[in-house]
Amino acid sequence: MLIRLAVVLSVGGALAAAASNELRFSVRNDPKTFNPLLVDDESSLAVRYLTGGVLIRLNRYTEELEGELATKWKVSENGRSIDFELRRGVRFSDGTPFTCQDVAYTMHQLMEPALHSPTGDAFRSAPGEVETQCAGPFQAKVRFPGPVAALAAQFDQAAVLSAVSPRKESAVLGPFELGEYKPGAYVLLRRNPNYWKRDANGHALPYLDSIRLEIQQNRELELLRFRRGELDLINKLDPDMYDRLSSQMPRVVVDAGPSLDWETVFFNQVQNAPLPEHKRRWFRSGDFRRAVSEAIRRDDIVRIVYHGHARAAAGPVSVANHFWLNPAVKPGSGSETTAMALLQHGGFRRSGGALVDSEGNKVEFSMITNAGNKLHERMLALIQQDLARLGIQLHVVPLDFPSLVERISRTFNYESVLMAWSNIDLDPSAQMNVWVSSASNHQWNPNQKSPETAWEAEIDQLMQAQNGSQDPSKRKAYFDQVQRIVADQAPILFLVNPNALSAVAPNVKNVTPSVVAPQVYWNADRLQVGGALVSRR
Amino acid sequence: MKLKQPIALVVLAVAVAASLGAGWLAHHSYADQSREFISAPPSAEFWLGTDELGRDRFARLLYGTRVSLLLAPAAALLSTLIAALIGGAAGFLGGRWERIVTAGVDLFLSLPWLFLLLAVRALLPLNTPPVTSVTITFLLLGCLGWAAPARIIRAGTRTLVNSDYLVQASASGISRWRLFWRHLLPNLRPILLAQFWISVPVFILSEANLGLLGLGVSEPLPSWGAMLRELENYSTVLRNPWMLAPAVLLVVVVSCLQLLLRTEESAPC
Repeated sequence: MLIRLAVVLSVGGALAAAASNELRFSVRNDPKTFNPLLVDDESSLAVRYLTGGVLIRLNRYTEELEGELATKWKVSENGRSIDFELRRGVRFSDGTPFTCQDVAYTMHQLMEPALHSPTGDAFRSAPGEVETQCAGPFQAKVRFPGPVAALAAQFDQAAVLSAVSPRKESAVLGPFELGEYKPGAYVLLRRNPNYWKRDANGHALPYLDSIRLEIQQNRELELLRFRRGELDLINKLDPDMYDRLSSQMPRVVVDAGPSLDWETVFFNQVQNAPLPEHKRRWFRSGDFRRAVSEAIRRDDIVRIVYHGHARAAAGPVSVANHFWLNPAVKPGSGSETTAMALLQHGGFRRSGGALVDSEGNKVEFSMITNAGNKLHERMLALIQQDLARLGIQLHVVPLDFPSLVERISRTFNYESVLMAWSNIDLDPSAQMNVWVSSASNHQWNPNQKSPETAWEAEIDQLMQAQNGSQDPSKRKAYFDQVQRIVADQAPILFLVNPNALSAVAPNVKNVTPSVVAPQVYWNADRLQVGGALVSRR
Repeated sequence: MKLKQPIALVVLAVAVAASLGAGWLAHHSYADQSREFISAPPSAEFWLGTDELGRDRFARLLYGTRVSLLLAPAAALLSTLIAALIGGAAGFLGGRWERIVTAGVDLFLSLPWLFLLLAVRALLPLNTPPVTSVTITFLLLGCLGWAAPARIIRAGTRTLVNSDYLVQASASGISRWRLFWRHLLPNLRPILLAQFWISVPVFILSEANLGLLGLGVSEPLPSWGAMLRELENYSTVLRNPWMLAPAVLLVVVVSCLQLLLRTEESAPC
């Protein structure tokens, strides 16, 4: 039997943590990579967040940028360059000193075409070289070939590598370093003994000795292990699990409020999609799309599907994103009268119990979603009845995920789709690949050579303008206008922003859950477990 | 056994009759959502309460029974017929044909047919109505379910082919065609019936399993599988035991079918 003891020791001015000073939580899959430049999956992202040291970090709680390895920074040349004053006396986990050469090496590796770094993509604004100049060991200037939107914020994802360490990317500047990895079982991260940060009392951080990421796909098992005390936190809970846990252990659940994620519906507007002509006309009609949006009772989705743990969405900015939200944009009313008026304006009319278009075609279409997602299935059942009130017949088609992706991104053989979008960035520049008509993620009609509609052309211009500007108020004005156009044209029907739900065992201290990923462990260097010792000198 | 058989038949008849008379028995349509009464307990208005979307559980159970109880026997009949033809022919012809069919059956049983079901569902036109979609699903189940019964039927046929009366009939110059249709198939009847009755609950459970994967009957059409999915949340089930109604009905129906099967097995040929 393992008896967990909380012991505070003080030996020669140094304090040592108890052996049980370990935080344990689950990730869904094995990390695909431990190279911070190549991260593009959730598990690798978690490892990078906990081990990587960055120049600038977004404080997930205040939503403000804070200096980490850079004590000061200044963006200039309209977003083309950034100057850093680097922190002195910092060492990598293997003892190698941190200097400007490491920043130069990291930027070079990030932009290396052969490496195809997903993190580097955020910095690619125009063709040409990225140059890093070192005026001294602790002054770095990075210059880009074109303006990079929200340049400083992009460094939140860029973990600095050592230019000289023989341990390559295993030498880290974050609070933890990779200790052990057992494929299919766990990733053990150990405390970085050379981590530079200290708390207000001068004690070395992190407080934890280690973090164990258990690889666990089954969410029910994850919940069971949390209940047994084998896990200390669950970073993301669905509403059903939240309510179940809440009824049994009300003190452990946390609802941090609406997240940045979206649940959306969009129609296929691709010009050469294999659709009957009359359906293409419906889907390309703003009146039709807005009518469908107005008819959907978002409040019922929030109440019935999410048990209140979501917020009706109005547009591409969650209410959690305080700065960029355009409060003038409101969610659809759920009013049958408003929806019918829009449909009549678009040439539709009721004939018997059914809705028909101006040519007498009965309005029926299918909506696909990923099979096995209970939230989506319930949402679709509600939408089905909401649209039935207008005389629209909706066919619900759950498909396995690969088939769904194939249809919406390659064959375009679909009519409409209900899908979730995950959003981890507060800045609208991260949504460039959704709103610009030439982008591959312009999901309703991707990869357009030139904008096919006037409103898409206007969005293109506004997005480029906000992306090219460094003036926050101007950028806000541009993106407010984008939000207004999106609300008017409804290319994507934003249904709800699900709340960020998590569970944290009572023995975990200093938790301040955020709506921005990683919701619960974003301040991992300050988390404590139980009464185990927490401070070192 | 004499008493159990009529009871099983009556229970099954009541279940089928109730499902066919769902329109008269239920107060609500299976698709109507009373959104102000979600997850309501049983009442005079909703005899088995409402589900999480406010739909009448009783109406959904009756219509779901119609889907599961009518389509599963149809699929069982199809699979038994295919098995009778393939297994019977293999056993009757013997030799090389028998070896080929046996190898084919082994191969067929080893293939992961779930992927075929996934693929077919993905290939169906998206506007396929739920009733058509579920009918096709059961047809596919029927077409895929012949291999195991075919093995048994082949073995049964071999035994019959070597029996004295068939050897004698063959020696008296009866054509092989007549031998197969007039003398062999009628004597395979008990085996065929047994295979049919075994297949019915198997297909009911297959539909339930497909429902658990989100691939069975699509909204708003109910089925036992879709209703059984709600039982995943056991804490809710403990608080609302009436949610167990589809599971209870499934157990009762499958038990009745098994009782009838045993009766058939014990009946003299």
